[in-house]
Amino acid sequence: MSDLHSAPGSARVTLTQTAAPQFHERISTQSIMWTVCAALLPAAMWGCYVYGFAALLVLATALFASVATEVLITRSHKTLCDGSAVLTGLLLGMMMPPTAPWYVVVTAAVFAIGVVKWSFGGLGSNWMNPALAGRVFVQFSWSGPMTRWVMPRTLDVDSVAAATPLSLVQNAVNAGDLLLTGASDYLSGIGFPRSALDSGVTEWLNHNLLARVSVHLPPGYVDPFVGNVPGSLGEGSALLLLLGTVVLFGKRIITWEIPTAFFCGFAGLTWLLGGVPYGSGLFSGDVLFHLVSGSAILVMFYVATDPVTSPMTTAGMLVFGAGAGIIAFLIRAFGGAPEGAALALLFMNACTPIINRVVRPRRFGYRMGSSR
Amino acid sequence: MISLLRRPRGGVYPDNRKARTRTLPVWNAAVPPRSVVPLLQHAGDASIPVVRVGDRVREGMLIGRAAGTMGANVHAPVPGIVTGLRTLTLADGRRCEAFVIDLEGEFDRLGKHTDPYDWDRASVRELLRRIGDCGVVGMSGSGIPVHRKYRLPRGKEVDHLIVNGIENEPYLSADYRLMVEMTDGVLEGTRIAERILKPLRVTIAVQADSTAAASGLRQRIRERGLGYAVRCLPRNYPQGDEKLLARAITGREVPTERSTVEIGVMVSSVATVHAVFEAVAYEKPSIERVLTLSGGALRTPANVKARIGTPVADLIAECGGFAAMPEKVVIGGPMMGYAIADVSTPVTKGTTAVLALTTREIHHGSETPCIRCGRCVRACPVGLEPTLLYKMLEHHEYVEARDTGLFDCIECGCCGFTCPAHIPLVEGIKNGKNAARTAKERS
Ligand code: SF4
Ligand code: SF4
Repeated sequence: MSDLHSAPGSARVTLTQTAAPQFHERISTQSIMWTVCAALLPAAMWGCYVYGFAALLVLATALFASVATEVLITRSHKTLCDGSAVLTGLLLGMMMPPTAPWYVVVTAAVFAIGVVKWSFGGLGSNWMNPALAGRVFVQFSWSGPMTRWVMPRTLDVDSVAAATPLSLVQNAVNAGDLLLTGASDYLSGIGFPRSALDSGVTEWLNHNLLARVSVHLPPGYVDPFVGNVPGSLGEGSALLLLLGTVVLFGKRIITWEIPTAFFCGFAGLTWLLGGVPYGSGLFSGDVLFHLVSGSAILVMFYVATDPVTSPMTTAGMLVFGAGAGIIAFLIRAFGGAPEGAALALLFMNACTPIINRVVRPRRFGYRMGSSR
Repeated sequence: MISLLRRPRGGVYPDNRKARTRTLPVWNAAVPPRSVVPLLQHAGDASIPVVRVGDRVREGMLIGRAAGTMGANVHAPVPGIVTGLRTLTLADGRRCEAFVIDLEGEFDRLGKHTDPYDWDRASVRELLRRIGDCGVVGMSGSGIPVHRKYRLPRGKEVDHLIVNGIENEPYLSADYRLMVEMTDGVLEGTRIAERILKPLRVTIAVQADSTAAASGLRQRIRERGLGYAVRCLPRNYPQGDEKLLARAITGREVPTERSTVEIGVMVSSVATVHAVFEAVAYEKPSIERVLTLSGGALRTPANVKARIGTPVADLIAECGGFAAMPEKVVIGGPMMGYAIADVSTPVTKGTTAVLALTTREIHHGSETPCIRCGRCVRACPVGLEPTLLYKMLEHHEYVEARDTGLFDCIECGCCGFTCPAHIPLVEGIKNGKNAARTAKERS
């Protein structure tokens, strides 16, 4: 009777003996990395569409160079399966200008994977986000090609060369112009191109929704939101990037702490002080413009939440996110570069080990004067 | 070091997977033709054998006498002939002697009715004696003899008795069935515990989704005029842990490396108080228990009352055998239970479940390097940093590990469950505890 093999319906069984827990959450390093890749893909494809074939080449080069570097260093294709090299390549490509020369892209990828990731021992041991570090590295090495932009094909203009809205505003501020009316009106004033979609959607929104709460949205926000502006390959479409985060939140791959803290630090300070360089005083910053322009969304949801380079505890994540948001604002508003999020995050990456050491979880059973 | 002022949160939300057995009434499993009864089914030392090979034993007869302070009596679950005394590896890895009993002869208890003992007038001493004689131990895995646990250290008082019906391991539904079907037994057992411990308040805690159990208990409590509270707690694993439950109900936190008695709380599971009731009212030794048989590989899942010593294989066969190839057979819940290599392992007093799990159910993944995501840290219900502990133990840094809270780990399994890198954190920490103890003894 106790012979199992005579039990009905049972073939000879071999049992695995493992320590507890006996089952696992449906998650793995691989699933995390590949899901993030998938979530990024729509925005990347949009970039390739609007900026044309050159953008596709940049993306492909970044992917290929990252994967090749990984294979060369590890001398096997095993670590490719974890998806981290592909993710680095994808992120790197998406943070590049659509016209970046191939050698810049390759250098960035080799630096990202070869130096930042593997000189510390590979996935999990790096203390900076590889893609971010690669991007910042080439930014300083080739500032010319790294600031050459193209107009998206969805904007009906002939000019090929272009500047990003952020850099135009920055230049104006540096030149001493006072943008009392705000960034978006300034851009309208200098004739920055707008699509029909922008005016259409803005009008519809104003008419149907915002009128009820007596808010008026000026034109010029919808274009950067959907990605109709010159900019980095995959940073343009806040809409598609946000769509991707729905998947990440749903699968609990990213959690609310870092994006929320980043948002609060960045948007809060922008609102409070963002108007100062324009000469319009406190509490007048153009939060929406700064959120939808440049890399803020990509950095906030996809790069800052990198598990390897962000803190472990909830509180640590809040500190980290808020710090990155605040520094991103400071660089944008008072620094020399129009784009601040990448540098800010790199700085907070470097702070992560300290945060991990200082902000610890509170242990059970050590409450002062507990008992009754 | 900035410690956060809020309570440690954490815990995880594994799939419940109770739907297959929750609604199934408990039935009696067949009495095994051959039982294997380990002499170590409790926390302390193995019991001393008091019968010999070849002896005839009666149902419920003492076969192993309690030894040491944490020992418990062991009884013959079936009448028969002792045909062997062999060494056995228990599911949890401990080794001990076990009597092999071949079924033969008359049942003294099965199917016979006796009037319950009028315990209301008995002394506390007598109640504890009955519980001790019957070998009742913590039925949800702790294995602490109840007559020891209920005998409070001098100067200590319990002002809150919590009856634990949380059962938040996935698959398990035996305690739930016990509360639904044997409501009065559970309440009687609670009354006995109340009588012994004299708490000011009694709370029965159940999981928020156990509505039938909660309403049944509330109704009987009202009808019988007992002043017990029934609290439904949200589903968060490991809410059923003694110390975490004590905090959830009373707001008090047990100091490190102490028991709940330190804060005036006693926690007993519903299965344990039910066993107490049977021991006191009917002098019934601990020779059977209710357990859940489930898992995707099992043909017909069930909640059964099985004799202690029944080989797991017998129960599986009685449930129609395997419908699919099992990857693991687990004794206990999937978060804290033990995977066994050999299905001849017997049911013991602490066996809450037998699960036959398929490959698809366990989401096995291969181990990759730690990505420092902190999921383990955020999952740990007692505020430890499992990844840090694991690394320290890998480097044999026992003193540092101890200072980082090694011995505060309740081995709940949350960290290992949630780690995307599939690092065997719990195994590492458990082994580390043993190694740290040995290292300390040596120095
Ligand atoms: S097993 Fe230990 S370290 Fe892991 S989560 Fe549970 S208490 Fe924390
Ligand atoms: S959950 Fe696993 S991968 Fe993440 S920090 Fe903990 S041990 Fe490392």
